[in-house]
Amino acid sequence: MRALLIVVACAALAGCAVEPWVKPYERQHLADPIMSFERGPAASAYLNHVHQARESARGAESGTGGGCGCN
Amino acid sequence: MLAAVLPEDRFDALYHVYDGGGVEVTGPSLLLRKLVGENTSLTANYYVDAISSASIDVVSSASPYRERRVEKSLGVDYLHDKTIFSLSYTDSDENDYSARTAHFGISQGLFGDLTTVRMGYSRGWDAVGRRGDGTFAEEIVRQNYRLGLSQVLTEDLLLDVGFEAITDQGYLNNPYRSVRYVDSVSARGYSFEPEVYPGTRTSTALALRALYYLPYRAALKGEYRYFADTWGIDAMHWEVGYTHPWRERWIFDARYRYYMQDHADFYSDLFPRLGAQNYLARDKELSTFTSHTVGFGVSYEFTPQEWRYIDKGSLNLYYDYMRFDYEDFRDLRVSGVGAGEEPLYDLSAHVLRLYVSLWY
Repeated sequence: MRALLIVVACAALAGCAVEPWVKPYERQHLADPIMSFERGPAASAYLNHVHQARESARGAESGTGGGCGCN
Repeated sequence: MLAAVLPEDRFDALYHVYDGGGVEVTGPSLLLRKLVGENTSLTANYYVDAISSASIDVVSSASPYRERRVEKSLGVDYLHDKTIFSLSYTDSDENDYSARTAHFGISQGLFGDLTTVRMGYSRGWDAVGRRGDGTFAEEIVRQNYRLGLSQVLTEDLLLDVGFEAITDQGYLNNPYRSVRYVDSVSARGYSFEPEVYPGTRTSTALALRALYYLPYRAALKGEYRYFADTWGIDAMHWEVGYTHPWRERWIFDARYRYYMQDHADFYSDLFPRLGAQNYLARDKELSTFTSHTVGFGVSYEFTPQEWRYIDKGSLNLYYDYMRFDYEDFRDLRVSGVGAGEEPLYDLSAHVLRLYVSLWY
């Protein structure tokens, strides 16, 4: 347990020292609206609801949500 | 989500249609998001499902029905340095079911905003009723635990990993649904009895998503999710999507999604006798099936000069075709064959989403 804590602490310290390898001025592609997992939040939430109401699988959908009242 | 930035101020007005398997669900969804000061963003959602159902379940053992579900949500996001705290509350009501859910979430940008970690907890309280039976009142408590990580891998590649565990406790079956069992006394060879589900269910889901920027300004999306629960259901889906802008104002989308699941341990299309086991289900959502979804969409962006408070807007139309093939759920509308020899059920559905987005 102690060894694990040391490893985690080292990883965290090393991580904080990491130089961002994609600089802010290199992020124009990432900032493009097409680079979004859900461009329309209401439309995406609805589609998650459509799938969830007809499948047993649930959870870990893109976007957050407060759950749906479907049974 | 990239970095610790509050979402933009926007308003979405969506009209949705689901039509398939004898079920039609339509309604609006209105979503408003507004910054208050520099660090707080408020959100409100009003959503309606107007349901007209003559599905295979109700045609087989009940009567077609109409009902309306109204869902209202309020939420607040607060940004402090590179951390966003989120709180929301959702209230969903229909004539025989109500659900209240409270959600708390936190996300933190790390490593020059290349990494965002997030976690969330929701707790829901459902009240289950039964039409025409004022004495029937049951409850469910739901809890959701979420963990997630978004990572910028290169100038063109985003990765997202999400995990969610959900526990339900209470009355989890449907108060109207029945299972069927072999009954040699009955002319058709089977009879019905009420379904019985366990009082608890715990599920876990792990999802992996990637988004890649193609050199000619287009985006490729991939998604995979694995799911398992304590009812013995294993499921997975994968999806690929492609987004292609055209000229300045148009964006075209296409997607394909494949889903499959194995049935619950206590599911059967036809039980061998009355009360054959402690738990009984014949809900097609708990059966073994596969589904395919193909979707297309188009968005048109506009910049209204004459609307003083609107920066830009978009008009969006999305269509999805869904196909479900059930492997152990039979079509009881077919008579004249032996019990358990009816053809397997399948259904196709059309899903339409038409919405306007305004940024202000």
